[in-house]
Amino acid sequence: MQIPYTVEARPDTGLYNAKLGVWLFLASEVMLFGALFSTLILLRTGAAEWPHGYEILNVPLATLNTMVLISSSVSVVLSWASLRLGDFKKFRLWMGVTFALGVGFMIIKTIEYASKFEHHLYPSNDNFMAIYFTLTGLHGLHVLGGMIVMAYLIGPGSRMWKSQPDRFTNRVEVVGLYWHFVDLVWIFLFPTLYLL
Amino acid sequence: MSGHSAEEIKKETRVYILVFVALAALTLVTVGVSYLHLSMGAAIALALFIAAIKGSLVAAFFMHLISERKLIYAVLILTAVFFVALIFLPLGGYADRLG
Repeated sequence: MQIPYTVEARPDTGLYNAKLGVWLFLASEVMLFGALFSTLILLRTGAAEWPHGYEILNVPLATLNTMVLISSSVSVVLSWASLRLGDFKKFRLWMGVTFALGVGFMIIKTIEYASKFEHHLYPSNDNFMAIYFTLTGLHGLHVLGGMIVMAYLIGPGSRMWKSQPDRFTNRVEVVGLYWHFVDLVWIFLFPTLYLL
Repeated sequence: MSGHSAEEIKKETRVYILVFVALAALTLVTVGVSYLHLSMGAAIALALFIAAIKGSLVAAFFMHLISERKLIYAVLILTAVFFVALIFLPLGGYADRLG
């Protein structure tokens, strides 16, 4: 049996199913990260003393990571645009660039974490370090999750392009939406944790 | 999949590049502002204002919310309502305890 509405829009929603599905998933993700941002605000306003992020965390590395992530956002949208133009080679190139930027983000994050551990800064130290590791750790897991799906789309999943090019293009769009959300979370994480 | 023409897609691509340049520039502005050592209230307001502009650019252009179906707007409005409650209700409780 064929899965309905993978390409054509459902008459009642005006959307193909995966697109509505990913937006509902992203709505749940907003609540997940929202709960943690709410925790950060509550901890910060309730604390007698709260450190400045820039005194403890590595701002240049985090700035570099911000650049890496926004670059990956543009490369993933270019991979989708390439498919819409029917250019599979360019899709692979841009999706490969996005994956590589994801790897770069994780390497920089690992360097940052290693430096914290070297200085004996752990989540158990205080509320600031606890929320820093929780938020950036959860965000990092999201980056990793996106990279796994991208590796699939570059590799074995790309076979779909030959049999169902429109469906494959939609898959790439949906992954792109998820990836932009991961970028969006970082855009707020970066100033609230590192710069204030 | 959208039924846009090749020319339209190429035009969209140019917009993506412009958005990327704006995001990179705003990131540098955010970092630069943090070195001004403004008062905490002003620093938070400014940092969140710039982050909101960056977030809006990503959502509007990369996530194509600028031209999306009504159902998605409805989902997002509902999400925004719950998000605001999630952020401000605990703070309200905290303010209450302070008296």
